[in-house]
Amino acid sequence: MLSSAATSITVVLIVFFLFIEGAGVFSKKPIEEGFLLAVHASNPINKLEPSQVKDIFDQKITNWKQLGGKNEPIVLFRTEDITEFYSEEELGENFEYFPAKIDEYVSKTPGVIAFFSDKYKAKDFHGKELEINKIKIFEFLSGEEWFPTAQPIAQMGVKALIYGTLWVSFGAILLALPIGLAAAIYLSEIAKKRTRNILKPLIELLAGIPSVVYGFFGLVVIVPLIQSVFGLPVGETGLAGSIVLAIMALPTIITISEDAMRTTPRAMKEASLALGASHWQTIYKVVIPYSASGITAGAILGIGRAIGETMAVLMVTGNAAIMPHTLLAPLRTIPATIAAELGEAANGGLHYQSLFALGCILFLITFCINMLVELVTNRGSHKKH
Amino acid sequence: MTKEIHLAKQKRRNQKIAFGLFQFTSYAVVGLLFVILAFIVIKGIGVISWEFISEMPKEGMTKGGIFPAIVGTLCLVFGSMIFAFPVGVLAAIYMNEYVKDGWMKKIIKQMTNNLAGVPSIVFGLFGMALFVNKLEFGDSLLAGSLTLGLLVLPVVIRTTEESLKSVDDTFRQASLGLGASKWQTTSKVVFPIAFPNIITGLILSIGRVSGETAPILFTVAAYFLPKLPTSIFDQAMALPYHLYVISTSGTNIEASREMAYGTALILIIIVLISNLLANALRKYFGKKVKMN
Repeated sequence: MLSSAATSITVVLIVFFLFIEGAGVFSKKPIEEGFLLAVHASNPINKLEPSQVKDIFDQKITNWKQLGGKNEPIVLFRTEDITEFYSEEELGENFEYFPAKIDEYVSKTPGVIAFFSDKYKAKDFHGKELEINKIKIFEFLSGEEWFPTAQPIAQMGVKALIYGTLWVSFGAILLALPIGLAAAIYLSEIAKKRTRNILKPLIELLAGIPSVVYGFFGLVVIVPLIQSVFGLPVGETGLAGSIVLAIMALPTIITISEDAMRTTPRAMKEASLALGASHWQTIYKVVIPYSASGITAGAILGIGRAIGETMAVLMVTGNAAIMPHTLLAPLRTIPATIAAELGEAANGGLHYQSLFALGCILFLITFCINMLVELVTNRGSHKKH
Repeated sequence: MTKEIHLAKQKRRNQKIAFGLFQFTSYAVVGLLFVILAFIVIKGIGVISWEFISEMPKEGMTKGGIFPAIVGTLCLVFGSMIFAFPVGVLAAIYMNEYVKDGWMKKIIKQMTNNLAGVPSIVFGLFGMALFVNKLEFGDSLLAGSLTLGLLVLPVVIRTTEESLKSVDDTFRQASLGLGASKWQTTSKVVFPIAFPNIITGLILSIGRVSGETAPILFTVAAYFLPKLPTSIFDQAMALPYHLYVISTSGTNIEASREMAYGTALILIIIVLISNLLANALRKYFGKKVKMN
């Protein structure tokens, strides 16, 4: 009894842990723990958006006026800049005068914005600590830059990663669907029983090969091939990912569409043939329309596989976290990001939580895909009755 | 009249072209399988030797063997199966023999399907959050085995259910008719008949578990560990992770390429053997059950 609930419990637990950790991103300030941003006490600005802080430190915003403050050029200050203003003796041998000097510098520079560690904050700090707004879900989803460890402000835009995932997956399906359908038609309608009994288990074997082996094969064969065929500086591209994923999605598509086509009632096919239609006409006018829902389910499941696939993609796509414009450039997917970065993210930190938030997105996408498959198959079977 | 003959000819020609194309595509897909296999076998066969499978990695994993990775993978397979097999089989028996069709069965089915669709990296995240951090197992064989166990649970449940379904209802009716209880019928009649097929599912899941990388990345896998695990709380190396490491981020990628081909070959051999074994068993027992 309990064991039959095991899968349900697991799903619930997965949702629970993923979302608890992932939600942390939106309840924390996107600034590294133990650091603070401060301005001159007379500065009227109290609060900044994460994106504004980024623009300031990227020097896209250079005057406080642009943020609604006084007409005062912005002066950037990071901890290490202190040596430009004070000599080593003044700062002390063990940096014991650091807090006092930072305080002094901030108080005498009206346009300053200072980024430094909490431990260098003087007890009677004369500057004003800035509040940083939390990351909003909308910003998280629409931001194009993913630099979760950037200073002073972590950049957590997942748009580029989502697009990367979708590009690679749809590329894979575009390659795999025609091939898979053709093979499914051959196996279910044209091939002799003996041929079918040999070919089908072999195609299913493709599904058994571990993804890391596909990744390795892609790395040593497909990546160099793409590099030389297209004359690219690097062969690790979205296209390499799509090709590898297409190979991996083929067995899913073939098996499911073939099963669907074989459920076409014999009477229907015979009626079509008896009316003078050729074998080929029967296939594409009777068998394919009849099994359309099964074929769709196979294609959607194939996309689902491709979206969630980690290792193979991680090994061949080059992992550049930029908005994809072409499949012939490196790009990065959500699963690959998690796999590549979780190892170095501090437990419970913002980076760690942002990767769990990525996991949530991935889970939701695949969950919707499963539901869609369910819907398509159910509708298909209703129609038939 | 001539027009009709012409049309018929054209129809036949179209059909020939289409069918030829389909046939070619199917063989191409199978050809792809052989290309991948042949490539890895040809490149890897020279690397494999007794030393390769029985020694520790040496010189930054460019020389020596992959013994600890093989042992680690065997431990993970064993650990995950000890967990997933009983739970999965019991779940399937309960679902198939006891629960009546209704909303509850529907929900459990749906959840099992959903679990099967969860990407493996999400299992990795979950395993890290629950087993490694929350339950404080640390990076360990225990955490990795449980994560992998959950991953294959839907596979075990599905194959077991299918084998139970293939048991003819007349067996159940005969047993019940002779006065056996429901449980006696299930354990003495249905289960033994379905058992061979259930074992087939077990073997398939072994193949699946031994190849999974993403779930073990953060729950158990060690980059390099020149000793064997001694307890379930130890980290361990594993074949798929080892292949990933030496082909992408080893100390000397070019020098360890040979090792990578060898590791890939061993991995493929394990997976292929388990798949072929499962197929053979299925065929063998399939005939036997029918004869009964």
